Amino acid sequence: MSLFAASAAVASSAAAYGYDTIRPVARLRFCGLRREALRLHSPRSTLQLVAARRSVVAAATAGNGAAASGGFDYDIVIIGAGVGGHGAALHAVEKGLKTAIIEGDIVGGTCVNRGCVPSKALLAVSGRMRELQDEHHMKSLGLQVSSPGYDRQAVADHANNLASKIRSNLTNSMKALGVDILTGIGTIVGKQKVRYGKVGFAENEITARNIIIATGSVPFVPKGIEIDGKTVFTSDHALKLESVPEWIAIVGSGYIGLEFSDVYTALGSEVTFVEALDQLMPGFDPEIAKLAQRILINPRKIDYHTGVFASKITPAKDGKPVLIELIDAKTKEHKETLEVDAALIATGRAPFTKGLGLENINVVTQRGFVPVDERMQVMDATGNVVPNLYCIGDANGKLMLAHAASAQGISVVEQISGRDNILNHLSIPAACFTHPEISMVGLTEPQAREKADKEGFEISVVKTSFKANTKALAENEGDGLAKMIYRPDTGEILGVHILGLHAADLIHEASNAIALGTHVQDIKFAVHAHPTLSEVLDELFKAAKVNTGVSHSINEPVAV
Amino acid sequence: MATAPAPLSLSASTLPARLRAGAVPAGARWRQARRGRMVVRAKIREIFMPALSSTMTEGKIVSWSAGEGDRVSKGDAVVVVESDKADMDVETFHDGIVAAVLVQAGESAPVGAPIALLAESEEEVPLALAKAQELSNGQPQQAPPAPTEDAAAPPPPPPAPAAAPAPVAAGTKGIASPHAKKLAKQHRVDLAKVTGTGPYGRITSADVEAAAGIQPKSKPAPAAAAPPPVAAPSVGAVPQAAVLPPVPGATVVPFTTMQAAVSKNMVESLAVPAFRVGYPIVTDKLDELYEKVKPKGVTMTVLLAKAAAMALAQHPVVNASCRDGKSFTYNSNINIAVAVAIDGGLITPVLQDADKLDIYLLSQNWKDLVKKARAKQLQPNEYSSGTFTLSNLGMFAVDRFDAILPPGQGAIMAVGASKPTVVADKDGFFSVKSKMLVNVTADHRIVYGADLAAFLQTFAKILEDPESLTL
Repeated sequence: MSLFAASAAVASSAAAYGYDTIRPVARLRFCGLRREALRLHSPRSTLQLVAARRSVVAAATAGNGAAASGGFDYDIVIIGAGVGGHGAALHAVEKGLKTAIIEGDIVGGTCVNRGCVPSKALLAVSGRMRELQDEHHMKSLGLQVSSPGYDRQAVADHANNLASKIRSNLTNSMKALGVDILTGIGTIVGKQKVRYGKVGFAENEITARNIIIATGSVPFVPKGIEIDGKTVFTSDHALKLESVPEWIAIVGSGYIGLEFSDVYTALGSEVTFVEALDQLMPGFDPEIAKLAQRILINPRKIDYHTGVFASKITPAKDGKPVLIELIDAKTKEHKETLEVDAALIATGRAPFTKGLGLENINVVTQRGFVPVDERMQVMDATGNVVPNLYCIGDANGKLMLAHAASAQGISVVEQISGRDNILNHLSIPAACFTHPEISMVGLTEPQAREKADKEGFEISVVKTSFKANTKALAENEGDGLAKMIYRPDTGEILGVHILGLHAADLIHEASNAIALGTHVQDIKFAVHAHPTLSEVLDELFKAAKVNTGVSHSINEPVAV
Repeated sequence: MATAPAPLSLSASTLPARLRAGAVPAGARWRQARRGRMVVRAKIREIFMPALSSTMTEGKIVSWSAGEGDRVSKGDAVVVVESDKADMDVETFHDGIVAAVLVQAGESAPVGAPIALLAESEEEVPLALAKAQELSNGQPQQAPPAPTEDAAAPPPPPPAPAAAPAPVAAGTKGIASPHAKKLAKQHRVDLAKVTGTGPYGRITSADVEAAAGIQPKSKPAPAAAAPPPVAAPSVGAVPQAAVLPPVPGATVVPFTTMQAAVSKNMVESLAVPAFRVGYPIVTDKLDELYEKVKPKGVTMTVLLAKAAAMALAQHPVVNASCRDGKSFTYNSNINIAVAVAIDGGLITPVLQDADKLDIYLLSQNWKDLVKKARAKQLQPNEYSSGTFTLSNLGMFAVDRFDAILPPGQGAIMAVGASKPTVVADKDGFFSVKSKMLVNVTADHRIVYGADLAAFLQTFAKILEDPESLTL
């Protein structure tokens, strides 16, 4: 018997197999002969004292405890816990108002669960994939990458995990402030009165001094299109990334369609856009749209049909592909039938306002949208303001963006707390997170020209290229353009449009300037760190020619 | 580049273009210059290479935004031109149909040279095509780009010059994918003549490439089909193992991180010139010692490690390693790594300073390491700081084997089973002794045969007279 039979008891199951060490970590080495003094020290990680810093969210006032005034259950009840409702709730607590929020689905709404948030996770992946696949780009940076690939499920999980994380952040931030989160569908049953609970069993009734409707929107699906969730679907399904079709038609070339084209082409799909208007990317400044087409459409595996409606879309079944009937947008004549593997319907969003009980207070929706005035006060059928009732976000359709909803909510809370506030929608930036990104604030050039013609002033346009920016060139991402439309007589900024690396992060200098009324001749003296992408905007400000010279705020003492 | 025809040479044609073309001012202002210059007569107009800057003498077509057969209207961007300064969209001044592209994307033309023909209506298209033919026949030097000019990225020269009308979008016949259509346009492949092999008989980009006679780029398959990437990227210039074609019906299980690391290390070892020396060792006394110390928790692994460490102390070169192919790196410590199989993998916990610690302390350390290894809690320095490796298959009654040298070490010892063997001593007496075979693999750049032999001799002496192990 071998003596190693005994030693096997030690190594036992750890039967010493082989011939190898695993060495993922570089070893410390000492040169020369062995010296007793030089002990090989293991870089043992000393216990890190993590400062258990608790991020205390609660405001100093610890807000929501105070009883509502005037015999109401709450000072403010918000129907819908999306980004708009959340923004309003947080601000309401800050203002010392007793606040409740009613949610029938899940906290976070579209943005967090089925919109901006998970799509950013997918776009983060697509951006990297695109970069890694671009041999020319990699080579010019001196990098070598072999066969980049991805695991679809892991990508999908990333998006899903992000959504859950942001959702719990949102929920926790409201709980920490003491906002009452009520579960169920909220229905307005009368003046300052809301009932909530499960559909058909809405038994809980509460009173509120003010009510904010923030019920958001759902994907709009034109008639004739059959959604099966597998081969014909909306962004709700697409964000789950259950499949990556070989060829996908995207109906609608707005933000949503464009972002998904970026995701799908990076993951290997070919894309066909179907756009009802004559131009792709309607709504963007035409010059930006043109350049975007050169950068985001033409070089990619994308083709498009413009000026056509998808009159009928049949999901793939019985061994047949997805069939898309195209008709001319004007003549309504049949033009052609597309056969693709999948179709994403990105034709916009429809307000989600059914079941709100608006009929109880004589409010009639317009194409589903709740009519509001510039202060987001709901208007009834006679055109009069319904007191103490507001509507923010996608449900009023003024500007269907998450951050616009939140801004509207904050504006409403300001009014409720006694400070009149009208939100300047022209100062709200928008961004499309393609690679590179597109962002904008204010008017497009044609809109500005129209306004100038009507009101009788001049406009000027300045442009700069990302090719002139050091940081963009360092990143080897010189594609892009920034343009600013302004009034040469006053220096007022009317619109800024950016297409280029990190455009979405760059727009805020311009949107803040518009929001605060800062003029070009003043902001041009603000200093930008070098080398940064922000110098793209600096370049615009400095290139602008304003006839008034420096405004009062800089040169002369302000007369009081 | 090839001299494109001077505008005047067009005078043979019916186009009165030269009047304007000749007049392109070198210093034309940008706003004017960025527009395509076209001249009216008949119903066919030329689109000229515009002067986009005062210093521009020729321009390169980056891409045609409008293709042959496309209807364009005034103000539409039809072509992107790269000047000495920037890329710019060039717009048309007139409505019409792009009848013929005379200068293809990727080619260059001097400022003022016609780059495309615009027909006012469908009826004029054939006329324009005839003109294009005339132009290209009359001035054969125009169509083919100069060979030197595009050395960096030579576009495949179009088989037929400008005159061949590109097929206008398929649509009616075979269905082609977006990329297939783009390729067809680029390579002037008539989609009607391509047989689709994609899903539902669709024409794919591969079909078009095949029709155009292009070797498909040896690019990795579309990412969707690619397996998840292996976690450990190979650094160094280790040749990637050739990928064999998949076996039908077989199950493919990707490596775990640990397995990938093993694979990488094994491949890396191929770069090291290794050799082996074997040695028989009589273990009767060792067995006796083992029986004595076993109750105190000492294991055979530890005894072997201790013996190896003691021998290494006398032969530092076997404990050295060759890092750069040019020098010896003598390690200041003797750390014995011991290979341990762990579910689905292999790890090498390290007995540090095995020459200095006594066998009891080493045994304690070993117990801890094995426990940690099973719980997968070994710290990197506990499995990667070895200077010499011990691998033991004796418990499986393996009598001898051969180990592969791990990267970064000078030698590895493979220990076989000890078994009763008939031995003849020098006086001719036969006896039965327990004997085991050890086999050391070493890096011949630093450890030579005699070094290894001397080391093994020392090692054998220690084991055959093992009292020193307990000191």
